[in-house]
Amino acid sequence: MADALLRIAGLAKRFGGIVATDDVALDVPEGELHAVIGPNGAGKTTLIAQLSGQLMADSGRIHFAGVDITRTPAWRRSHLGLARSFQITSLFLDHSVLDNVALAVQAHAGHSFRFWRNARLETGLRQKARAALEEVGLAHRADARASLLSHGEHRLLELAMALAGQPRMLLLDEPMAGLGPDESARMVAMLRRLKQRYTILLVEHDMEAVFALADRISVLVYGRVIATGAPDVIRANDQVREAYLGEDDHV
Amino acid sequence: MSGAITLRNGVIAALLLALALLPLYVQLTGDRFMLTLFSRIVILAIAAVSLNLILGYGGMMSFGHAAYLGIGGYTVAILAFEGVPSAFVQWPAALAASALFALIVGALSLRTRGVYFIMITLAFAQMAYYLASGTARYGGDDGLSLDTRSTFAGLIDLSNKTTFYYVCLVLLFGSILLVWRLTNSRFGMVLQGVRSNEARMRAIGFPTFRYQLAGFVIAGTMCGLAGALIANHTEFVSPSMMFWTRSGDLIVMVVLGGMGTLFGPVFGALALLFLEQFLPAAISTIVHPFNPAGAAKAGEFWQIVLGPLLLVVVLFARGGIDGLLRALSDRAHAQRKRGHG
Repeated sequence: MADALLRIAGLAKRFGGIVATDDVALDVPEGELHAVIGPNGAGKTTLIAQLSGQLMADSGRIHFAGVDITRTPAWRRSHLGLARSFQITSLFLDHSVLDNVALAVQAHAGHSFRFWRNARLETGLRQKARAALEEVGLAHRADARASLLSHGEHRLLELAMALAGQPRMLLLDEPMAGLGPDESARMVAMLRRLKQRYTILLVEHDMEAVFALADRISVLVYGRVIATGAPDVIRANDQVREAYLGEDDHV
Repeated sequence: MSGAITLRNGVIAALLLALALLPLYVQLTGDRFMLTLFSRIVILAIAAVSLNLILGYGGMMSFGHAAYLGIGGYTVAILAFEGVPSAFVQWPAALAASALFALIVGALSLRTRGVYFIMITLAFAQMAYYLASGTARYGGDDGLSLDTRSTFAGLIDLSNKTTFYYVCLVLLFGSILLVWRLTNSRFGMVLQGVRSNEARMRAIGFPTFRYQLAGFVIAGTMCGLAGALIANHTEFVSPSMMFWTRSGDLIVMVVLGGMGTLFGPVFGALALLFLEQFLPAAISTIVHPFNPAGAAKAGEFWQIVLGPLLLVVVLFARGGIDGLLRALSDRAHAQRKRGHG
C-alpha cells in the first residue's frame, strides 16, 4: 500500500454549513479498479471534482504518483496523468467527433501557441485521436457531428477524450448514467478491457456493474467513507446494508 | 460545404469585389463622399473583426474595445504633434501601446467572469477616456488635430484618398486572413473550446488563462491598428472615440453581422454605418409629406428605428446577417436537391 498511485488523506470540503466531503481517506494502488458508491448527495461528485482539481479541498492531502497535488490546478493534474470523464459531453458539439478528441490530444502534445497552421491538418493529432476512438469502438463515427451522436455514443466519446491524453489513471463519473441495458452491458465490457491498462476510480449508481467490475469498493455516506473492501466484504457489511443497499429495497 | 458555390459565398465574393472596385465607381461618378464613407466603414470593420476574435470566437464580452481605437489614434496623433510623422515609428508604436494596454486589462479582467469581466473592461476604457480628456497638452476634451497624415518615406502617399482607401482595404483583408488562420490553428481551437466550456478545457489539460490573454492582446493590437487608421482618416482624435457608446457600436456590428463568423463583422460594420448615414434622411423623407416643419428633426431620431431592428436580429436571426445568408443558402440548396430528386 505504500506505493498507492492515488492516496487521499483527511480530505474535507464544506459549502457553507453543508459538509460535502468529511475526512475522506482512500488508497488506490496501481492497476486497481476502485469503485465509490453511495446514496444521492453522499458527496461522490464533489470527491471527483476535488481529485481532478475543479474544486480545491478545505483540508487534507491528495497524493498522485508520489506527488502532492492538493493545490495543483486542474490542467496540470491532467498532465500528470489524471484524466476525468464528465457526465455531460460539452465541447465542440457542432464539430466532428474526431475534432473533439483531437482537442484532447492537443492538450497533451506541446503548447498551443501555434497561430498559423491548420490544426485539423496535423496528422500527429488526428492519428492519436483516431486511435483513442478505436480504443472505445467509436472510430466509425469519427466524422459525424458530435451533436448527432446518441446518448450511448456520447458516453464513449467522453471516454475517448479521457483516454486521448494517455493518462495513468481515469476518474470516471457515472459512465453508465442513462444507458439502456444493451449499452450498459457494452460499457461494462469496455471498462473490463480498460481496467487491464489503467488504474480507475469509478463513481457509479449501477450496482450490478459496480459489483461486476470493482476490485475494491468504498462506500460514501454523508461525505464519509463508512467502509472500504472487496465486493463480497461490502455486500456482507451490515453498516453498508443499513445505510445504503437497504435503500434499494424501498424503490 | 464552405467551399461550395452558395448564395452566402456569392454575396461575400460580390461584397469583396465591390469593396475592391469602389474607387473605380468613384472615378466614374465623381462621388468623392463614397470614398470617405467607405474608408470609415473599412476601418471600423477592422475593429469589428478584431472584437469578433475575442467576442465571437473566444466568448469574451469585452465592453471596452473602443479604447484601442483611441490608444492607436492618440499614439499617431501625439507622435505627429511631437514632430514624428513617420508611419514606420507611429504605427508600430500604436500597435505596441495597444498591446500593452490589452495585456494589463486582460491580465486583470480575465481573472473574473460574466458581469465583472464586462465591468472591468468598461472601467479601463473609461479610464483611457478620462485620461485623454484631462491631458491639456494634447487638447483635452477638444481633441487633437493632425497636421499631416502618417508618412511612408515617400513610398505611399496617404493624403491621396484612393491610396488611403486601398491601404485600409488591404489591412482589412489581412485582418480577415489572420483571423481565419488563427481560428483554425491550435490556438484557435483552444480559444473556441474555452468559449464552449472552460472548466472542461482545464480538465483535459489546457491552462486556459494564458490562451485567453494571448487572444485578448492580439485583438487589442489589431484594433489599435484600426485606431491608427482612423486618426489618419479624420486627421483628428478626441476622447469621444473611446467613449463607452463607441464600444457598444463595435459590439452591435459584431452581433448584427454574425458572431463567430469570418465575414460577419464586415457585414455588421457596413450595415450599421449605412443605417447611421442614410436612415436619418430616409426618415425625414417619409415624415416630410405629413409634417414638413418637423421632418429634419425627425431624422435625428434614427436610432428609434435602429433599436427595434437590432431587437429583431437578436430575437429572430441569432446568426446575424451571416446567419441569415447561411439559412437562405441552405434553403436554396435543399430546394435544388428536391428538384433533382
